[in-house]
Amino acid sequence: MEKVIMGNHAVSYGVQLARVQVIAAYPITPQTQVVEMLSEFCADGLLDAKFIKVESEHSVMAAVVGASIAGARAFTATSSHGLALMHEVLHWASGGRLPIVMANVNRALGPGWNVWTEQTDSLAQRDTGWIQLYCETNQEVLDMVIQAYKIAETVLLPVMLVLDAFVLSHTEEPVDIPDQAAVDRFLPPYQPKFRLQPGNPCSFYGLVAPEHWMELRYKMQRAMEQAVEVTQQVGAEFGQVFGRPYDVVEKYRMEDAEIVLVTSGSIVGTSREVVDELRAQGQRVGLLKMRMFRPFPFVAVREALAGVKKVAVIDRNISYGHGGIFASELKAALYGMPNPPTVFPFIIGLGGRDVTPQSIHKIVQYTQQYDKPAEEIIWMEVKR
Amino acid sequence: MSYDVPEQELMTPGHVACPGCGAPMAVRYALKALGENTVVIIVASCWSIIAGPFPYTAVQVPLLHTLFATGGSVASGVKAGLEACGYKDTTVLTVAGDGGTFDIGIQALSAAVERNEDFIYMCYDNEAYMNTGIQRSSATPWGAWTTTTPVKHPKEQPKKDMVAIMAAHRIPYTATATVAYPEDLIRKVKKAKDIRGSKFLHVLSPCPSGWKSEPAQSVLLSRLAVQSCLFPLYEVEHGDKYTITVWPREKVPVERYLRLQGRFAHLKPEDIRYIQENVDREWERLVAKAKASGQEIPSTGG
Ligand SMILES: Cc1ncc(C[n+]2csc(CCOP(=O)(O)OP(=O)(O)O)c2C)c(N)n1
Ligand SMILES: [Mg+2]
Repeated sequence: MEKVIMGNHAVSYGVQLARVQVIAAYPITPQTQVVEMLSEFCADGLLDAKFIKVESEHSVMAAVVGASIAGARAFTATSSHGLALMHEVLHWASGGRLPIVMANVNRALGPGWNVWTEQTDSLAQRDTGWIQLYCETNQEVLDMVIQAYKIAETVLLPVMLVLDAFVLSHTEEPVDIPDQAAVDRFLPPYQPKFRLQPGNPCSFYGLVAPEHWMELRYKMQRAMEQAVEVTQQVGAEFGQVFGRPYDVVEKYRMEDAEIVLVTSGSIVGTSREVVDELRAQGQRVGLLKMRMFRPFPFVAVREALAGVKKVAVIDRNISYGHGGIFASELKAALYGMPNPPTVFPFIIGLGGRDVTPQSIHKIVQYTQQYDKPAEEIIWMEVKR
Repeated sequence: MSYDVPEQELMTPGHVACPGCGAPMAVRYALKALGENTVVIIVASCWSIIAGPFPYTAVQVPLLHTLFATGGSVASGVKAGLEACGYKDTTVLTVAGDGGTFDIGIQALSAAVERNEDFIYMCYDNEAYMNTGIQRSSATPWGAWTTTTPVKHPKEQPKKDMVAIMAAHRIPYTATATVAYPEDLIRKVKKAKDIRGSKFLHVLSPCPSGWKSEPAQSVLLSRLAVQSCLFPLYEVEHGDKYTITVWPREKVPVERYLRLQGRFAHLKPEDIRYIQENVDREWERLVAKAKASGQEIPSTGG
């Protein structure tokens, strides 16, 4: 069934189709419609889930941790300050090996209050042990919710799926809503291996001495590594069933490209158009879409960029004192490759400043013009 | 009252609490009252240690350790998760210290009980952050020494009245208890178990290391706290029906309780008089509330 819906509602439909059992959430712009719609689904009996209306995002994540360790499929959505407030509990979820799924709508962090899109909120949670997947369209958002549970429940790590404030969250696009029976076959009920179960006295998350700690963390890292392949398998299987395959990265018109744009989120859509225009003019420009940020898809990225001369990374985020976060991660991934491409690290569009096709053209022109970047960060469209 | 403590043990003797600690006693009695169909949630506190390090456990029911500020929130999720998985009549018991309850966890606790989540929240109150080395909390009483309220500058504020705060949420059941009166404690836990909605139990829990008291005197101190009316045993139903459950045989001077604890050693006679006056006033108020709720007041009680 095709519907024209906003990104936030694409999340809600995905949650409904995934037959989530416990939801906890707290309102924050621009995520609020996700949970408004879910609370209606629950009230109308369209989703058989308990919705816990807690008093803060710290409690949101604690409640979904509790539900998940009790064996239920659990969901939440948040953004920006809400995500930041959850920080402590994000570690408990991943270290607890709980397959929670959360949608985060990318929004800048204050001060000054800013409700518009920027990736710094989710990327600041890079080291919490959550899988992070960035979406380009509302269709991808819906499809990813369903896949996210399958990935999370296979590797036993939580998944954060990320969509841009307003550009996706509040923009209506046609979305194919899959058939419930097909989703049920694709995503069977969650069968936890370990859980709080009356009659089976086990303790969870007690004091762990150094003699055991390293092994637990080593296993988490191995699960992260495994998540790359699992995400690919789940994406391929999703393609077979629903006709829309997914991978950890997507190569767009990269055959014999000399310059490759690397970006994520809704900027991918804008970049696609620009690549099409430039290709039509005979310019050898391609695009690498980063769907997966954690775990970092090293192999796929190296493979995709082998032989490319120049890479322009477009970051809508910043690690203060370092630079664009995708750019620095990409540079680290390319280190040691024979003849690695030169990386041009662009920062653009912070706090929701519009990124237009014209902006992307300027980025391509800069990359064509110089042999290497003139600065550590190439700031675009900033008043200095 | 007849002696009525169930024989079933759901706590093993291998726990690692200090000698004389009130906290394992309180949980042991609570589990006797609740039985096996219980899930325990331990909020960061001394109990995080007492339960035993991975891969051991001193508790014979499923147990979840959780973050300091999440006693109310995690319990809400666990209850919802258990219900979703078909365990509809399992009791969820949160165990937290005074720091986790009066201070960092009060927001999540207030919200959980405002939603009237179906769980029992048991605060064992040793009147300071003991696990991190005896720092003051808002449960620390006036005049007490802690490592952050040194003898030259003991605590200047009264203890927060947490029972009043919980009762003000109009939850079905709020009660106080001590390990000196196990039948009373067990009766209250059983009563709480049979009520749907939020139940709050406030258990005074002596800490020999923090109170600078004799480990062998923890039960005595608990009894003196009740007999002096400093920590009366009572319950509040739906925020307004007050019932005193143990009446002191004769009111013991609060000085007897204070003098057994090094944390009060610096108090001068006028300080003790001040504490006594406060205890008397609070006790009179409580008796008046019980009377207003229709309880008959024994002749020794008034
Ligand atoms: C967010 C956070 N801050 C601080 C701590 C450190 N911490 C662990 S237990 C504790 C004190 C607990 O005090 P209380 O709740 O009274 O329990 P007790 O130790 O006295 O049994 C503190 C401060 C923590 N675990 N988490
Ligand atoms: Mg304490």
